[in-house]
Amino acid sequence: MIFGRSERGKPPVEPVTLKILVAGGFGVGKTTLVGAVSEIRPLRTEELLTEAGRPVDDTSGVEGKRTTTVAMDFGRITLREDLVLYLFGTPGQERFWFMWDELSEGALGAVVLADTRRLQDCFAAVDYFERRGIPFVVGVNCFEGAARYPAETVRQALDLDPGVPLLLTDARDRESVKEVLIGVVQHAMAFQAERREAVTT
Amino acid sequence: MSADGQGRSHWFDDEAGPVVRPYAMTRGRTTSAAQHRLDLIAVVVTEPHAGDPEADSTLSPEHVEIVGLCRQTPQSVAELSAELDLPVGVVRVLVGDLVDGEFVHVNRPVPPAEMVDESILRDVIDGLRAL
Repeated sequence: MIFGRSERGKPPVEPVTLKILVAGGFGVGKTTLVGAVSEIRPLRTEELLTEAGRPVDDTSGVEGKRTTTVAMDFGRITLREDLVLYLFGTPGQERFWFMWDELSEGALGAVVLADTRRLQDCFAAVDYFERRGIPFVVGVNCFEGAARYPAETVRQALDLDPGVPLLLTDARDRESVKEVLIGVVQHAMAFQAERREAVTT
Repeated sequence: MSADGQGRSHWFDDEAGPVVRPYAMTRGRTTSAAQHRLDLIAVVVTEPHAGDPEADSTLSPEHVEIVGLCRQTPQSVAELSAELDLPVGVVRVLVGDLVDGEFVHVNRPVPPAEMVDESILRDVIDGLRAL
């Protein structure tokens, strides 16, 4: 949807934008992870429930309807003047899962943040991305005081496909989070190459 | 209903956020003509030769603000939503109006069915390493 523009004047740079999702259970450190690498303090955007749930919720009578909102925290990384990466924390509450479909549309990939003390909290996210064929990595957030388990044990407990990378991380640490994000993009590249092959053969 | 007439038995809770009536701003519309649903990371760019939005009496202060915000720095729908403290759905309608009025144009991100160019992914990796 780009209208013809005059070449005169100096137009502002129009960046290519990409997004990576950060999923995981409530309180696992999603916003902390976003904040560790974002150049802005994580911002909050809201979607109205009646609006977001449009396919199942008729909005024609919105004037008489009580509405409520679902919040999403996000951060931004300007990689180049013309290349911007956004990180979106997915809403934690399970009743807001319909939002995930919109968030994951066009997403490069995802990080599923896991806490070994409550590993079950991220099962649903792993399942979601597996089913929709969205490339993801699992980041095990190594909280202070949390027992460390060998990666292989966590992998088994999550029943991860062998191709899914599992990385140990500290959501507060910028360098560590950078590695996780690089892991997502690398995995997305491998994922795309595989799909291309599947299409051409 | 409680005694004071203020029903408190809502199915939502504090965590879900406040009750809002922002569609007054869009005059009750939940979609706009220009809409193929704008992605959260679709970038809104003010047309360099856009007229003065304040001179257009059909536009609200929020419309004018969007035109102003996106003039110097193009902004994503998510950023506008956070900046204006408006729900994403409302921002979509307002941006749709501005597209119709040719005040702004929208750069959509890579369509969902398509794959991101591999060279862009390499650039992302290099960019992250360089942070």
